[in-house]
Amino acid sequence: MYKIITKKSLNPTVTMMEIEAPLVANKAKAGQFIILRVDEEGERIPLTIAGTDKKTGGVKIIFQIVGATTEKLNHKKQGEFIEDFVGPLGTPTEIEGLKKVCVIGGGVGCAIALPVAEALHAQGTEVTSIVGFRNKDLLILEDEFKACSDKLVVMTDDGSYARHGNVTVPLKEMLDAGEKFDMIITIGPLIMMKFVTLTAKPYGVPVTVSMNPIMIDGTGMCGGCRLTLNQDGKRVTKFACVDGPDFNGYEVDFDEAMSRGRTYFDFERKAHEKVCNLFKGV
Amino acid sequence: MPNMNPKKNEMPTQPAAVRAHNFSEVALGYEESVAVDEANRCLNCKTMPCVSGCPVNIHIPEFIAKIREMDFEGAYKIITQTSSLPAVCGRVCPQETQCESKCVRGIKGESVGIGRLERFVADYHNTYSKEAPEVPVPNGHKVAVIGSGPSGLTCAGDLAKKGYKVTVFEALHLAGGVLVYGIPEFRLPKSIVKKEVETLKALGVEVMTNVVIGKTLTVDELFQMGFEAVFIGSGAGLPNFMNIPGESLKGVYSANEFLTRSNLMKAYKENPDTPIMKGGKVAVVGGGNVAMDAARTALRLGAEKVYIVYRRSMEELPARKEEVEHAIEEGIEFRLLTNPIEILGYHNDADPRDPKNGFVTGIRCIQMQLGEPDQKGRRRPVPIEGSEFDIDLDVVIMAIGTSPNPLLKNTTEGLDVNSHGGIIVNEDGLTSRVAVYAGGDAVTGAATVISAMGAGKVAAKAIDEYLSNK
Repeated sequence: MYKIITKKSLNPTVTMMEIEAPLVANKAKAGQFIILRVDEEGERIPLTIAGTDKKTGGVKIIFQIVGATTEKLNHKKQGEFIEDFVGPLGTPTEIEGLKKVCVIGGGVGCAIALPVAEALHAQGTEVTSIVGFRNKDLLILEDEFKACSDKLVVMTDDGSYARHGNVTVPLKEMLDAGEKFDMIITIGPLIMMKFVTLTAKPYGVPVTVSMNPIMIDGTGMCGGCRLTLNQDGKRVTKFACVDGPDFNGYEVDFDEAMSRGRTYFDFERKAHEKVCNLFKGV
Repeated sequence: MPNMNPKKNEMPTQPAAVRAHNFSEVALGYEESVAVDEANRCLNCKTMPCVSGCPVNIHIPEFIAKIREMDFEGAYKIITQTSSLPAVCGRVCPQETQCESKCVRGIKGESVGIGRLERFVADYHNTYSKEAPEVPVPNGHKVAVIGSGPSGLTCAGDLAKKGYKVTVFEALHLAGGVLVYGIPEFRLPKSIVKKEVETLKALGVEVMTNVVIGKTLTVDELFQMGFEAVFIGSGAGLPNFMNIPGESLKGVYSANEFLTRSNLMKAYKENPDTPIMKGGKVAVVGGGNVAMDAARTALRLGAEKVYIVYRRSMEELPARKEEVEHAIEEGIEFRLLTNPIEILGYHNDADPRDPKNGFVTGIRCIQMQLGEPDQKGRRRPVPIEGSEFDIDLDVVIMAIGTSPNPLLKNTTEGLDVNSHGGIIVNEDGLTSRVAVYAGGDAVTGAATVISAMGAGKVAAKAIDEYLSNK
């Protein structure tokens, strides 16, 4: 059992929790993930680590309430326990030697982009952050990004806060203006990462994307998290849990990943409704 | 006088038509009187050929003699001198190619039903015995075991019996490894695995779940924590795919994923938290025990039709005969000398939002014929040109083996692996690293439960010798 040390609502659909897991806290690096189960019957879901505190043994996770499991997790209170919590899994984001990086986060993906931006900032990299949200109410972590970025651009899809438009608009402007990034690191919805990659392509800037596919064990056993890379004209199968979750954006078959991500769409929608009904009036 | 009936006492089973729709155990086990009758078939040969066929050298004639005397607890004690998991082995060992293949009774008739007797004894003990196992006197040495599958549990059990303080590290949330995520309930009830793990815990073995060695902790850190030897029994790793078009379609599973969803994550239950695609038409590609498990699981999940697609003929099928027979009885159709060349999917180009887009619709296969024998002596299947045909399907499960998990190799300096990624060990199970031993699928690639147990046993003996002389 793993204790919820702190719980905080970041916006109506996004929650931050700090889970007591000292062994994980001790090892975790930016870009790695954990797998958790809320209760004895629960499914295993992967969540990228949003931060750690070696002193308290806390591991921060930030999740969007999108399905049955995240709904159940969100009903857990501070001081309560979750059943299982294992990690850190996957390989850390490679940031060594980077001098100037553009970090692009979308929605709850910003929670995962933040520790990467912080790690870059801490090693002296010049960090430009672009963060995008659907609207003002969904904005998270603005101050935290400000603190670790040399330059921060906030975008909202509907223009209800900061700049109107999606994250590729300022990216293209900067690249057109001659900004030279060693790397673009982007974390967010697949469709956003796909378009960030397409935007960067004409300028030849390397793009690292963080994939978050369906997973069960997370240690390289089930193969459910597989995705296809196009490498030198060949289609190569990779496993996000052990080969990733970071990949070269130019190689990832995003359309296939988006399709695979919808495998259990119907099941998940119904399961979420069921859990919501269960919690009604609680 | 021994019972000279040339045939084994039959194993009672659930009728095929009933069991095809439930997850309860297929084989029901011998009654006491049947077990004694079967035990009377043993000639108690002085040379004990059966023992040489057992990877963990169970004293077979001795435990069978105890059954004859109706001293079932005594029989259990004899088995557990050398085996840590009798209720498991009695169910999933391929006895027909091991102990039973050496049985003298097998020359003119059927061998003694050694596996069935072992299962009877273990079940008898688990049902009636309230006795806690004797806890050995601690010898002050600490050993770490990575992985709680058959090799790890065996190694842990053997060392614990000698007084070692053993900690087993398991990556998943439940102990048992392939016994809980891979082998289905109807072949090996999870309550039995749980019971065997509890027996080990009663011997003083500590099991830490949710710890991935290579990630949460490294092998080197285990030594820093005071463990004096490490056994790696991390099992097989990433599932193999065929590298044919369409393997990323929705509805294509590895057998590992399909079985894990059903077994470990309980997707077979009503209203599970973990989803699985069930019903419709299912094909399992491959011919091993895992393929049989996946096919029979799919059937029980409610598939209207289940095929085994295998590129060689029935003769080369590597699965246990008993499992194949059970599968056929349950109505699974074997498409032999058949090799998939493409998985077909639904693509509505006019409407990219069509929810059916990207789901499996079938599989394109080519008919094969057997050609010249390969290095292993198995006749190599060769495609017959122009023989392509399609099978309509909703789910395709790839059960064509696994490659070793790279996690430990990548995080343990000086740990040598072979070209397939299997950890290299000597005859004692010792790796290229001092005090680091390994066994099971992590060394050999996908194999059987009992061979993994044998390797765990060999390593336990070597670890004991190493630490006793240190």
